Amino acid sequence: MSQAEVKPPGPVVEMLDVSITFGAVRALDEVSLRLLPGEVHALMGENGAGKSTLIKALTGVYTIDSGRVVIDGVETQFATPAAAQHAGISTVYQEVNLVPNLTVAENMLLGREPRRLGRIDRREMNRRAAASLQALGIDVDPASELGSHPIAVQQLVAIARAVDTDARVLILDEPTSSLDADEVARLFEVMRRLRDHGTAIVFVSHFLDQVFEISDRMTILRNGRVVGERLVEETTQLELVQLMIGRDLQVLERLDHAAHEATEETSAEQRLPVLSAVGLGRKGSLEATDLNLYAGEVVGIAGLLGSGRTELARLLFGADAPDTGDLTVKGSSRRRLRSPRHAIDRKLAFCSEDRKAEGVFGELSVADNMLLGLQASRGWLRPIPAITRSTLVSEFMTALDIRPADPSLPMRSLSGGNQQKVLLARWLITEPDVLLLDEPTRGIDIGAKTQIQQLVADLAEKGMSVVFISAELEEVLRLSHRLVVLKDRRKIAERPNRGIDVNDVLEIITGEPGGLVEKEWADA
Amino acid sequence: MSITVPEEGLLARAARFSPPRRYLPVLGTFALFIGMFGVGGIRYEGFADPQVFLTLLLDNAFLIVLAVGMTFVILTGGIDLSVGSNVALSTLIAARTLELGWPVVAVIGVVLLAGTLLGTAMGLLIHYFDIQPFIATLAGMFLARGLCYLISVDSIPIKDETFSAIAFGSITLPGGYYLGWTAVFALVIVAVAAYVLSSTRFGRTVYALGGSEPSALLMGLPVAATKVGVYAISGLCAALGGLLFALYTLSGYSLHAVGMELDAIAAVVIGGTLLTGGRGFVIGSLLGVLVLGTIQTFISFDGTLSSWWTRITIGVLVLVFVVAQRVLTRR
Amino acid sequence: MPESPGTVKALGARALAHRLFWPLAALGALLVVNLIATPTFFNVRIQDGHLFGSLVDIVRNGAPVLLVAIGMTLVIATRGIDLSVGAVAAIAGAVACVYIVKSPADGAAGTAVVAVTMALAVCVALGLWNGFLVSVVGIQPIIATLVLMVAGRGIAMLVTGGQITTVNNDTFAALASGHLLTLPVAALIALGVFAATQIVVRRTALGLLIESVGINPEASRLAGVRSRTIIWTVYVFAALCAGTAGLIVAANTHSVNANSLGLWIELDAILAVVIGGTSLAGGRFSLTGTLVGAMLIATLTRTIPNIGIPAEANYLFKALVVVIVCLLQSPKARAVLQRRRDRTPTGPSREEAVV
Repeated sequence: MSQAEVKPPGPVVEMLDVSITFGAVRALDEVSLRLLPGEVHALMGENGAGKSTLIKALTGVYTIDSGRVVIDGVETQFATPAAAQHAGISTVYQEVNLVPNLTVAENMLLGREPRRLGRIDRREMNRRAAASLQALGIDVDPASELGSHPIAVQQLVAIARAVDTDARVLILDEPTSSLDADEVARLFEVMRRLRDHGTAIVFVSHFLDQVFEISDRMTILRNGRVVGERLVEETTQLELVQLMIGRDLQVLERLDHAAHEATEETSAEQRLPVLSAVGLGRKGSLEATDLNLYAGEVVGIAGLLGSGRTELARLLFGADAPDTGDLTVKGSSRRRLRSPRHAIDRKLAFCSEDRKAEGVFGELSVADNMLLGLQASRGWLRPIPAITRSTLVSEFMTALDIRPADPSLPMRSLSGGNQQKVLLARWLITEPDVLLLDEPTRGIDIGAKTQIQQLVADLAEKGMSVVFISAELEEVLRLSHRLVVLKDRRKIAERPNRGIDVNDVLEIITGEPGGLVEKEWADA
Repeated sequence: MSITVPEEGLLARAARFSPPRRYLPVLGTFALFIGMFGVGGIRYEGFADPQVFLTLLLDNAFLIVLAVGMTFVILTGGIDLSVGSNVALSTLIAARTLELGWPVVAVIGVVLLAGTLLGTAMGLLIHYFDIQPFIATLAGMFLARGLCYLISVDSIPIKDETFSAIAFGSITLPGGYYLGWTAVFALVIVAVAAYVLSSTRFGRTVYALGGSEPSALLMGLPVAATKVGVYAISGLCAALGGLLFALYTLSGYSLHAVGMELDAIAAVVIGGTLLTGGRGFVIGSLLGVLVLGTIQTFISFDGTLSSWWTRITIGVLVLVFVVAQRVLTRR
Repeated sequence: MPESPGTVKALGARALAHRLFWPLAALGALLVVNLIATPTFFNVRIQDGHLFGSLVDIVRNGAPVLLVAIGMTLVIATRGIDLSVGAVAAIAGAVACVYIVKSPADGAAGTAVVAVTMALAVCVALGLWNGFLVSVVGIQPIIATLVLMVAGRGIAMLVTGGQITTVNNDTFAALASGHLLTLPVAALIALGVFAATQIVVRRTALGLLIESVGINPEASRLAGVRSRTIIWTVYVFAALCAGTAGLIVAANTHSVNANSLGLWIELDAILAVVIGGTSLAGGRFSLTGTLVGAMLIATLTRTIPNIGIPAEANYLFKALVVVIVCLLQSPKARAVLQRRRDRTPTGPSREEAVV
C-alpha cells in the first residue's frame, strides 16, 4: 500500500511478474522485485515463501517460465550463475561457497589470480587481497588457510570475493545465521560501507531485529506471491510478521475450543511429567531451556524460522547431542539421550520438518516406510510377521486416509500430504508416549492438513503427549493446551493456551505491545 | 588472526608459510623416511651410504612418476586404477614399435600419446557422464590390459641401443657417487608437477576441486577442463612411467606392473595426501615412494625378513596415515 | 526393438524386469554366439553320474565371482564397497591349505572340515576389521578396505611362508571338483549361498534395513535403525563370501598361491553387481541381478576362446561391458540419448552401445 511513496531513482534490477512452476507447485507467482543502487533490500518470508527461488531465478540457477528480468534497463536472462556474476550480480550463500583448503587470498582471487610470466604471483595476490580486505575493514591474514577461520570470517571473505568482482548487486542469503552479535556488527559495518558506495544489497535473514537495523526497504513474500513492499522506517515488526505468516482462519474452527478444555480439570503441575528437560541447550542452536511435557497434552511451540523451534525438538529427541542440561523420561534416571535410538527405546517419536532429507525413503514402498520405525526397534532378526504387517498397514492406511490406498507403491510417488501421513503412521505404529511434530502440515494440501490436525487432537485425548511445532500461529493456537514461545534461540514465554490470540503471540515475539501483555520470562 | 600486510622479509615469509596443520602429514612422512634410513644405517653396514639412497631413486623412478600423476587425480578427490595396466601397455607399445624398427622419437611419441588418450577418455567419461572415477578407471584398467594381450602375450625384449644407453646412463656426482638418468628425469617431473600445482591457475583449480566441487563451479572455475585434465595428466605420467619401466626392465610384457596402481596410491597416501582430495603435495608423494623403497631396501639388507613384510608394512602405514588424517580433519 | 527403455515406467516388478532387460539380453546374445560357434554348446551329458557340459562349466567356473558378488551386493547397497575381498580370499585359502599341510592327518576329511572352519573364522575377523573402520572410525569404505587390500596379500604370504602350498586332501578338493547329486559342488555352494542370502534378506528385515541405510542414512538414524550393526553385518558377510570363494579356488588348484589367488576378483565382483543393476550409490539392490551379472561375466570368459579369440582378450570385452553398462545407467548419458531419440523418431538403436 505504501508502494507509491517509494520513488525509484532508476533500479539496477527489475524483476517483473516472474513466475516459476516446479511440477504442480507454483513456486513463484507473478513476483516483482526492484533493487535500487545504494540500498539494503530485505527479502522476507517464511519457509517456502519463495525467497530462495526468487534469488535463483535472478542469478540464472533457475529458468523463469514467464515474466521479465531487466538489468540496467536491458532485458536479460542469465544462463548460468557465472553469467550473472559476470554482469555484476554476486551471491553469497548461507553455506559458504568457498574452498576451505586454500588460503584466504586464493579464495578471493581464484580464477583471476595475478600472474607474472604465467606464474601466479603470490606476493601480488596477497597484496591485492589484503587491500580489498582492508577496504572492507576485515582483519584477516590473506595468506592463512580459509578453513582455519571461524565460519563468520569465512562468510566475510566470501563477501569480499563477491565485492571484488565489482558487484553492483550483492545478494546475501542468510549470512548471519551462524554469526554471533559481534560478528553481525562487523558484517553490517561492511554492508553499510558497500551500500554507501552504491551497491544494491539483497539481504535475506530471519532475524527481525537485524532486518530492521540494516535494511532500507523490504519485499515480503508468502506462498510464492509478493504480499508487500515497504520502507522499513514506515513498518513495524508486528505488521511485517503479520504479512509474513498471513492468516488462515477458515480451517478447523470446530477444533478450537474442545481441545483446550481437556486438561482444565487435571492441572498439569500436579502430575508427573512424561518428559522433563532441565537446562537443555546446545551451542549455536538453543540456549539452555526447561520444558515439561505431560500426558494428554499438546504443547505448541511458536516462533519464527530460526527461533530455535526445530532445534528444541531435535534436542528433545537426541537427534542432536545437547551440550548442557538433563532429560528425564517418565521420571526415570537422569540421563541425556545419546541418539534417536535411545529416545525411541524410551517411547519418543519425532517427525522432522525436512521430510525429504530426514524422513522419506523414496524408493521403498509405502508399507516399508510405515513399518520401518517398528522394524528398526525390533532389529533385523525379528521381522514383523506378515499378518501383523498387513493388519498394521491397512489399519493405518484407513485411519489416516492415505491415498492412493496401495501400500506397495514407492513412497516417492505419493503427494507431500500423504507422505507426511505415512511418516506419522511410522511413529504411531511404535506406540510412543511422546510425539514431537516439527511442521507436520507444511507444504501439504488443506484436506490432509485438517486430517493431521484432527489426528493430533485425538491422540492427545487418548493420553499421548504431543509437541506441535508450526510456523502458522493459528494452527499452533488451535491445537495446543500450552504454548511455548521461542525467539532468537531462547524460550521467551510459556503459558496455558487460554484466551490467547495470534496478536498476543506476535506481541510476545516482536516485543511491540498492541495491548498490555504480561510476560513470563523463562529463567535463562 | 593477525593482520600483517607486510614487506615480505624472507624470514617473515618463512614463518608465515609454515602453518603446521597443512604441512604436518608431509613432515610426518619426511620424519618417517629419515627415521627409517637412520635405523637402517645403525643396524646394517653400508645402509647409510649415499649411494643406497641414489639407487633407491633409480629403482623407483617409474613409481615416482606414477605417483606424481596419481597425486593430481587424488587431489581432485578422484582415483585412477588404470595406471598399472597403462604402464604395461606402454612397455609393450615401446617394445613392439622398436621391434618394428621405428625411430626412438616416434616410439616415445606414440607411447605418450596412447597413455594420454586413455587418461583423457576416462576423464571425459567421469566428467560428462558422471561415472564414478573408480568404475571408469577400472574400465580403463581392463582396456589397457586387454590391449596388451592383443599386442603380444609374450614378453618382448628391447634391444635398441639408444634405449640401452639411456637405461644405463648416469651422471657422476662429487665423491664418486652416480645417479641414473631415469632418476634424474623422475626428479625433474616432480619439480615440474610441484610448480604446476603450486603456481599455476590449473594447479590451484585442482586443489579447489578437491576442496569443494560445487563451490568451484559457483566460483566460475573451469571445472570440466581441470577434471578431464588431471586424468589426462595421470595417463601421461603412466605412459612416462611405462617408458621408465621399459628402460628399467628392457622389455615389454603384458604382465608387467600388475598391482602397481596400488603402490602408487599407497605412496600418495603415505605422502600425506588426503584421499578425499584437496590436501597434499607432490613432494609428499616422492617421499611416499622413497618410504616404500626404503622398506624394500631394509628387507633386502636384513636378509632374515621376508618380502611379504613389505606389503604388510605398507598396509599398516596406509592405515596410520588414513586414520591420522581422519582425526586431523574431523576437528 | 519393440520395447524402448524410455517408455517402460520404472514401477514395481516392471522396474526389475527393465533393470535386468539389458544384462539378460546380453547373456542371451552371448549364448547364441556360442551356439553358432559350437553347435553342441548347449549339450549336457551325464558321465559317471556327473553332469558335464559347457553350461555346467560356466556355472562352476563362475562360482567364486558369484560368491564374492553376493557379499559385495549387500555392501554396495549400504553405500559401501569392499576392495579387500581378493586379499581376504587369498588369506582364507592360505589358512586352510597351511592348516591341512601342517596337520598330521593331512588327507583326512576331519582335517578339511577344521581347516575350512578356521579359514572362515579368520574371515569373520577380517570382516569385523573392515566394518570397524567404516562404521566406528568413520573412514570412507573405499579407503578403509584399501588398507586390507594392500596388506592382505602380505598377510596371506606370511601364512604360507611365501611358498605355493600344495595340499592332498580329497575332501578339500571336492569343494571345487566334487559332485553332489550329479551337480558340481562349487556351483551348489554358490547357488546355495545365493538362495540362502535371498531368503535371509527378504524373509528377515535385513534387506529392508540395508536398503534404508543405503537410501537415506540420516532418515535411518532418525528412524532408529542400528546402522552400525547393519554395516558390520554386511562387511562380515562379504568377507565370509570372499573366504568361501577363496577356498573353492584353492581347492580347484589343490594349492594356494598368495600372490595370485583371487587377484582382481573384487573388480569382477563389483562389475557383476553393477551389471545386475544395483547402483553404486547404494539403496535398492537385486541379488538376482547380481546372479545374472556374474553369469554374464563367466559366459563372456568362456565365449572368447570358444569363438577363437585369445582368452586374454576378455579384458577388452570386460572394459567394453563396464562402459556400456555404466552409460546405460548414467542419468546424464540417458538424457543425451533421450535428446537424440527425440530428434530421430526411429527409436533406440545400436548407438547406445557406442556413445
